[in-house]
Amino acid sequence: MDVFRIATAGSVDDGKSTLIGRLLYETNSITTDKLEAIERASQRKGIGFLDLSLLTDGLVAEREQGITIDVAHIYFNTPKRKFIIADSPGHVEYTRNMITGASRAQTSVILVDARKGIIEQTHRHYFIANLLRIPYVIVCVNKMDLVNYSEEVFTKIKNDFLKLSASLPNTQQQIVVIPVSSLHGDNLTTRSQNMPWYTGEPLLTLLESLPVPAARGSFRMPVQLAIRPRNESHHDFRGYAGRVSSGKINVGDAVTVLPSGRSSKVTGIHKNGQEQSTATDRESVTITIADNIDISRGDMLVRTGEEPTLKTEHKAFICWMDSHLLDTVKSYLIQHGTQRIKAKVTQVNFVQDTASLQQLAPSEGLKMNEIAQVNLKTAKPLPVDVYHDNPANGTFILIDEFTNNTVAVGFFE
Amino acid sequence: MKKDYLKEFPREMEDEAIYIIREAAAQFERPAILFSGGKDSITLVRLAQKAFYPGKVPFPLVHIDTGHNFPETITFRDKLVAETGLELIVGLVQDDIDAKRVAEETGKFASRNILQTTTLLRTIESLKLDACLGGARRDEEKARAKERVFSVRDDFGQWDAKNQRPELFDYLNGRIRPGENVRVFPISNWTELDVWNYIREEKLEIPSIYYSHEREVIERNGVLWPYSDFIFKDADEVVQTKTVRFRTVGDMSCTAALASTANTVEQIIEEVIGTSVSERGSRLDDQRSEAAMEARKAVGYF
Repeated sequence: MDVFRIATAGSVDDGKSTLIGRLLYETNSITTDKLEAIERASQRKGIGFLDLSLLTDGLVAEREQGITIDVAHIYFNTPKRKFIIADSPGHVEYTRNMITGASRAQTSVILVDARKGIIEQTHRHYFIANLLRIPYVIVCVNKMDLVNYSEEVFTKIKNDFLKLSASLPNTQQQIVVIPVSSLHGDNLTTRSQNMPWYTGEPLLTLLESLPVPAARGSFRMPVQLAIRPRNESHHDFRGYAGRVSSGKINVGDAVTVLPSGRSSKVTGIHKNGQEQSTATDRESVTITIADNIDISRGDMLVRTGEEPTLKTEHKAFICWMDSHLLDTVKSYLIQHGTQRIKAKVTQVNFVQDTASLQQLAPSEGLKMNEIAQVNLKTAKPLPVDVYHDNPANGTFILIDEFTNNTVAVGFFE
Repeated sequence: MKKDYLKEFPREMEDEAIYIIREAAAQFERPAILFSGGKDSITLVRLAQKAFYPGKVPFPLVHIDTGHNFPETITFRDKLVAETGLELIVGLVQDDIDAKRVAEETGKFASRNILQTTTLLRTIESLKLDACLGGARRDEEKARAKERVFSVRDDFGQWDAKNQRPELFDYLNGRIRPGENVRVFPISNWTELDVWNYIREEKLEIPSIYYSHEREVIERNGVLWPYSDFIFKDADEVVQTKTVRFRTVGDMSCTAALASTANTVEQIIEEVIGTSVSERGSRLDDQRSEAAMEARKAVGYF
C-alpha cells in the first residue's frame, strides 16, 4: 500500500480544519469518542457547530487562542492509500513551521477563501510549495457556498493563481484548482451537485489518483553506521547501513565512496535479514562491498560515474528558524546526509519577501522565518546535488553548536 | 469484510522506523528501549533486531515497573528477554514509594501511572541514558501528534511543546547538553492498525491479555475495570466474570477491559477496524482531562 504525504497550511478562518475534519469524517477515520469529545469541547466554548479544529490543535495554548502553532500529523486510510497530513499554521510568524510541514510532502493543499481571492498568505504558501518543488499543488477555492457557487468567481481566482504560479521559477509542478465548500462537503469526497459547471475530480479522488512521485536523481546513500557483528556465524561480515535517499542500486554495480573517492562493487544488499538484488529510494538496507575500504558514518555511497561534485563553496536558499539572528561571523554545523561539519554563511545575497515575491536587499543577519539566498562555505567538501535535480541530496540543516538548536534549513542552488 | 484495504501494512513505515532506530544508535552514546510489554514496544524490539541484523541490538531494554502490571505482561517480558538475549533493566516505582519520593494516590480511582515519571527520570539519570526509544505514536493522542521524532527533554525530563526543534526532511538533530536526554519515537507515523498488521505479518508474539479470556471485572460508568488487589471496590459494586480482552497494556489500575471474543490477531484486526472507539478511550489515565497527556509529558512522562 502506498503512503501519500500531504501538507496543508492555513489559519482557522480558511476553513482548513473543517476541510481536514470533513475528509476524516467522510472516510470514517474519526471514532465516536473523539467526536463526542469535540462536541463537548465545542459546547464548552459556546460554539454552535462542531469545531473540528479541536481535533488537530493538540496543545493547550492552541486551543485557548484558537490558532494552529505547530505542525500536527493526521492519518487516514482509503482503499487506495495511507495518507499522512502535515497540518501547519498559515501566518507569516510560523513560516518555519510551514516549511517543516511541507518538507516531506508530495502534495501541497492550499486553501483560498472564495470571498477574498488570492491574498498575501496564498503567495507565501505557494512560494514555499514552489521553493520545495512539491510535485503537486492543489488549490481549494473554499467557501463557494458563500459566493453562490459562482463559476465566474472561481474562474477569476483560478486565473489569478495560474498567473501567480507563472511568475515563479519552477514550472514543472502540476497545479489543480478545485472549487469546494468544506462546510457543506462540496467536491471533497463526492462531486458537488451545486457546481455542475466543474467537471474535474473532487479532492479525495484526486489525492487517491495522483501517481506517487519517485525520488529524482541517481543513487545516493548516506551511511548511517557500519555493521560488524564479529560473531561466529558472521565473522567477517562488514556492512554499511543506510536509507537510500534517491535512485536505485543493484548487486554487482560499481559504487564510489565519497568524499574519499574510492570505488568498489556491491556484493550484497541485505534487508531485514534477507538478501535482495536491488535497493530503491526510501529503502533502509545494509550494503556489503567487495573491497575492504574505510567507510564510516558521514560517508556517502553513490553509483560510480554518477558522482555529485564535491564542493566547499555553495549557493543556497535558506529559511532561518531561530530566535537568534544569523551571524555571518560565527560558524555553525551543517548537516548534509549523515555528515556533520563546520560551516559559515559568508554572505546574504538577498532576502526573499514571500508576500510580494520581491527580492529585498539584506539587512544585518537574518531574522526568524526569513528566507534568503546565501553563500556558504563548508570546512570540508560535501557531495551535494542541486535541489532541483535531486531534492533528497540537495538539502541541509544548520545547527548552532552552542544551543544545539536546528537554526536553518537550506536548499542547494 | 469490505474494508480489506485496512489490513495492508505499508512497508515504507518499516523503512522509516529502521532509519530512525539507526540514527538513535549512531547519534547517542547510551540509548535504551523503553519496554512496557505492550504491542508497540514489542514492535520496536523487532524493528531494532532488523535494523542491526546480523549484528546485535546495541541497546538494553528498560522497564519501568509500577508493581501494578498484569502478571501476564511480566511473564511475557521475561520470555522475550530470554529469547532475544537482550539486557533488561527494571526501575521499580515501589523503590520511590519506599524512599518517600512519591506518595501513592488514594481513593477509588487511585493509580500509579503518574508516579512512573519519577522512577523513569531516576532510572535515566542513574544509567546516564542520553536517549530512550519509545513506542509512542502520533495517532494515539492529540498532544502526541505534535511531538517530534527526536523529542529533546531538559535536565528534568520536561517537554517544552512550544519550543521544539524543527524536523525537516529526514534530518534528526540529537545534539544535547550533558544532563539532557532525547525521547526517540521510531513509530511516530504508524497507526494502531499499522501495528496490528505488522504483528500479523511478522508473526510477533504478544502477551495473552490481548486475546479474549475470562476475567473478573467491575462495571463502573459503563467501563469494565479489571478486578485486582490494586483497585478499591465499593460495597455496592459487584464483581462479575466476563469474556474480555485488553486493547492496550497499561497498569491493572488504569486499563479498561473490552468485552470481546477475539482470539487471534486476525480477529483483533477485524475488531479494531469495526470499532467506533479510539485506542486511548480505554486508558483511564487519559480520561482525566482534555490536556491530561500534554500535562504529563510536560513534566517528563513518556
